[in-house]
Amino acid sequence: MLKTLLKSVREYKKASILAPFFVAAEVVMECIIPFVTAKLVNTIDSEAGFDMTTLLKYGLILLLLAAASLTFGALSAHFCSIASCGFAKNLRHDMYYSIQDFSFTNIDKFSTSSLVTRLTTDINNVQISYMMIIRTAVRSPLMLIFALTMAIIVSPKVSVAFAVIIPVLAVGLFLIIKNSWGIFHSVFKKYDALNNSIQENVSGMRVVKAFVREKYETEKFKKASDDVCNDFTKAEKILALNNPLMQFCMNALMVIVCFIGSRLIITSGESELMIGELSALITYGVQILMSLMMLSMIIVMIAMSVASAKRITEVLNEKSSILNPENPVTEVSDGSIVFDGVSFKYSETAEAFALSNINLSIASGETVGIIGGTGSSKTSLIQLIPRLYDVTEGTLTVGGVNVKKYDIETLRNNVAVVLQKNILFSGTIKENLRWGDPDATDEEMERICRLAQADEFIQKLPDKYDTYIEQGGANVSGGQKQRLCIARALLKKPKILILDDSTSAVDTKTDALIRKAFAEEIPGTTKIIIAQRISSVQHADKIIVMENGKIESIGSHDELMEKSPIYREVYESQVNGGEQDDE
Amino acid sequence: MSKNEKTQMKRPPVKKGIMKRLFKLLFADYKKQLIVVAVCIVLSALGSTVSSLFMNTLITDIGLGLENGWDSVKSKIFTIIGVMCAIYAVGIAASFIYTRLMAKVTQGFLNKTRQKMFEGMEKLPIKYFDTTHHGDIMSYYTNDIDTLRELVSRCIPQLLNSGLILALLVFNMLYLSVWLTLIIFLGVIAMVIVTKKIGGNSAKYFMKQQKSIGKTEGFIEEMMNGQKVVKVFCHEKQSGKDFDEVNEALCNDATKANRFANILMPIMGNIGNTLYVLVAITGGAILLAGNIPNVSLQGAAFSIAVVVPFINMARQFTQNVSQVSQQLNSIVMAMAGAGRVFNLMDEKPETDEGYVTLVNAKEIDGKIVECEERTGTWAWKHPHSADGSVTYTKLEGDVRIEHMDFGYVPEKLVLHDITLYAEPGQKVAFVGATGAGKTTITNLINRFYDIDDGKIRYDGININKIKKADLRRSLGIVLQDTNLFTGTVMDNIRYGKLDATDDECIKAAKLANAHDFITRLPNGYDTMLTSNGANLSQGQRQLISIARAAAADPPCLILDEATSSIDTRTEAIVQRGMDALMKGRTVFVIAHRLSTVRNSDVIMVLEGGVIIERGDHEKLIAEKGKYYQLYTGAFELE
Repeated sequence: MLKTLLKSVREYKKASILAPFFVAAEVVMECIIPFVTAKLVNTIDSEAGFDMTTLLKYGLILLLLAAASLTFGALSAHFCSIASCGFAKNLRHDMYYSIQDFSFTNIDKFSTSSLVTRLTTDINNVQISYMMIIRTAVRSPLMLIFALTMAIIVSPKVSVAFAVIIPVLAVGLFLIIKNSWGIFHSVFKKYDALNNSIQENVSGMRVVKAFVREKYETEKFKKASDDVCNDFTKAEKILALNNPLMQFCMNALMVIVCFIGSRLIITSGESELMIGELSALITYGVQILMSLMMLSMIIVMIAMSVASAKRITEVLNEKSSILNPENPVTEVSDGSIVFDGVSFKYSETAEAFALSNINLSIASGETVGIIGGTGSSKTSLIQLIPRLYDVTEGTLTVGGVNVKKYDIETLRNNVAVVLQKNILFSGTIKENLRWGDPDATDEEMERICRLAQADEFIQKLPDKYDTYIEQGGANVSGGQKQRLCIARALLKKPKILILDDSTSAVDTKTDALIRKAFAEEIPGTTKIIIAQRISSVQHADKIIVMENGKIESIGSHDELMEKSPIYREVYESQVNGGEQDDE
Repeated sequence: MSKNEKTQMKRPPVKKGIMKRLFKLLFADYKKQLIVVAVCIVLSALGSTVSSLFMNTLITDIGLGLENGWDSVKSKIFTIIGVMCAIYAVGIAASFIYTRLMAKVTQGFLNKTRQKMFEGMEKLPIKYFDTTHHGDIMSYYTNDIDTLRELVSRCIPQLLNSGLILALLVFNMLYLSVWLTLIIFLGVIAMVIVTKKIGGNSAKYFMKQQKSIGKTEGFIEEMMNGQKVVKVFCHEKQSGKDFDEVNEALCNDATKANRFANILMPIMGNIGNTLYVLVAITGGAILLAGNIPNVSLQGAAFSIAVVVPFINMARQFTQNVSQVSQQLNSIVMAMAGAGRVFNLMDEKPETDEGYVTLVNAKEIDGKIVECEERTGTWAWKHPHSADGSVTYTKLEGDVRIEHMDFGYVPEKLVLHDITLYAEPGQKVAFVGATGAGKTTITNLINRFYDIDDGKIRYDGININKIKKADLRRSLGIVLQDTNLFTGTVMDNIRYGKLDATDDECIKAAKLANAHDFITRLPNGYDTMLTSNGANLSQGQRQLISIARAAAADPPCLILDEATSSIDTRTEAIVQRGMDALMKGRTVFVIAHRLSTVRNSDVIMVLEGGVIIERGDHEKLIAEKGKYYQLYTGAFELE
């Protein structure tokens, strides 16, 4: 895990090394300062009256040390910020790019929301930990060692006090962490669930209000929130022991050092220890205890971010399940499609096949309709064609070549799919359309939009083709969104165009106009239309009726009316009543 | 330190009210605890400052001891150490009490705030949720609450503690020497200036960073949601390039913000060191000069016993000043967070002047009488303020809309002069293009929004007079976007009627034709649904939401595109259930698919917010108007 993560340090290696280096230098300065300070105090305290030049000498040294410490501190802060922010940037970059290589299978495996969390919260946690590691995690142990060494140099006898206090603090901190850790771990899960229920309420407010469940939801929330609060309080109370523990250790140290120290000064007649050194010892004591405390905090923080680091590595190490072949075919000759004994399941571990034994041949330029109930795997079928998923068994050829032999980009540029759950991105209409063809001219876009019956409403918008589309296409209606999505796909000038229930929100008349335009303007393109409405597929060259992952029957409208009971049932549910009234 | 506080106050001038309000809220619930906390903090701060006074005496005694030997001062030193121990013990005990209390206060306060926010939020009108980014609302509960936690649990005690220590130190220092105190003040002024400068920059960069983070997260969310589209369009490279741009900007802002924050500590620490040296040298110089008169509260002359403790206090003083300065960022962030939280709390709740309520009733001799038990018969209880009388009207589901106008924003009407009526048990359908105003009408019937002009009457009562809760209880609703809640399938169906038995829920599921697929789920009715039923298909989710409405068993139903995401074959199955569900109820149906509305009693064709045609299917077909075109256009194009 560490190895994978550290790969992302790259150009920030220098800063990542310099930061702890300067931290170390800063620590050395900070430890020398009390030592010199002791000398300074001793100078003042000297029995025989003191020497101003010595005082000034130590003062000057101290000032220089402070200046050096400041410089090192500032430099370490500087490099630390660069290193940690840069590392986070690279991690985000690597993760984002690795997600770009994901196949649909990979995306399904992680789910969108988890990918978002990994790219945001998790990286944030790792960034903070990284900062801690190169700064505080270097600082604390170094401080501990240096301060202890200096204390022993100043007075080995008084330093005995440390031998008593350090273990007390260490054990205390360990117990606190150990006891609160478990509670925190479980309460964070509860906290997530609580936030989840807020999210549910916000997005489902219409339902809450329609059923008059405001009070019920409030009560439910209060209960859950109280529960979280109780657990948090329990954990925080344990954690709150940190403060008095630290205070106890600090004070105990003061008392012991003062006692042993003053006795030593007097009995040895200031030969083993002098007054100035007494305060230096106290300063070292504070430094030692503080660094122990910091160390314990860092350990907790790092431990907490391990889970985040794991989640990030999972994404970084995920191998795309669909890769470009060697010596790929870079041209699709025509829009013919052949399914030969194709079976498919979404994951290797899945029990049931989503598609089984599909045999189907579509000639270039044909219009094919697909109809079938939810869960009959219509979408699965068409997603195999641009190799969004790979077939599990059998072969699938496009333009006479197995799809696995194509350069993926070539294949997908020639097979345009308008997905069922489609998305427009924030940006102008033009920018959105250019996803289909980055070099499309304005005339080109208008022509295609007329084809997709989108031009009319675009012309009515205040900024026409420069109208800004909000995130998720929030400011256009469902039908308008679908038409824009169709136009975007058409701009690719594909050999095969697949509409996966892409006109469901478009009214029947517009739907018919779109189909008419397809037939007239792009006759050479193979068109596959998944639809709920019989009217959308009725006039296709062939209609495929799907049921439970199998092809129930194939044929023209008239043929299917004869032989397919499912087709007839659907037709009757939609059309029958209407036809009786037709003249 | 007073100066320090002033600079904090000055920076965010608008925030003063927020701070005050926050403290008021805090004190309202935790007055006792906070007083105890304050007392304990005082004790604990006293403990840590008084020790320097004892150092002072100790050093004097050591001086004596050096002259006369250990035994002569032994008892004195023991006494000092003893008193020190006692004071420390009190300090530790105080710290033990206040930190634990504070843990309770913090969590309790956050809990109460969260609950208040949620309670307030539940009362807000739908308009708020339609016009506010849901992500923003979530961030009030997560990010902004976090800043409050930081403020209450860390900043406030820390500020109080440091402030007290500083005050005590000032007193102590003045006790020892006014001259030396002045030097320390000079140093503190330097620290305040530096803090202000760096702190100000830091806050500026932090805000910038926050903005950058928001932008990056927004980008990530959008692109991750659209990742499949990216794949389909082979847009990976471009998408990567776009991301690098935002990412780079974030890195820049974050580096700057962090640099300022990280640099503050060494600067403060070393101003402290410098000050230390200055005090030592000045002290030494004064001692050397010998005859400079000391001005102090204690009145003692300059001596080593004044200078040495003073040097130590200089360090303590600067440490506390830098502690205070480090809290500045948190305070700025917390104030911004608290401001947003208060904004949510201050949102105007949905108003309800209704006074007509829905009660259980039974019919005795043709007269409607209110009763306690559930009878299946409901009546509107209508008190008349004029003469104090109460009339009962049987709940039938008769809805009349008269000359209604409505616009989401005042200047843009969405519906014009709509008049329609639905008699009990009738099925009214709305047909029309997206944006014609179909959904808006249903939003008005259950008063998610209020009409601008005209009247809506329910069983002859103006709906403005009916209590919203009772009005909505009488209206069932199934929406296009299903929203299921975390819980079992059974819980979700029971949402329609909280006291429904399992059998009632199963009956409702059977009515909606959901029973079959539910029993095939891994745990049947006890299957847990999470993330809006992510483990179900769209159609299955919709079936559960229909079952939910069936469980509620309302006299009037609104089906807003309820079946549009179910394929027509499944719909045929659902339709049978729906037909059973609709029987004897007034139903408003909105649908794209004309097949779903064909057998309605009356069909309204909407265009641009106006009803352009109305009548039953036969009549509209015969009229050969818009409906005819819509209906036949699909079949007769070529």
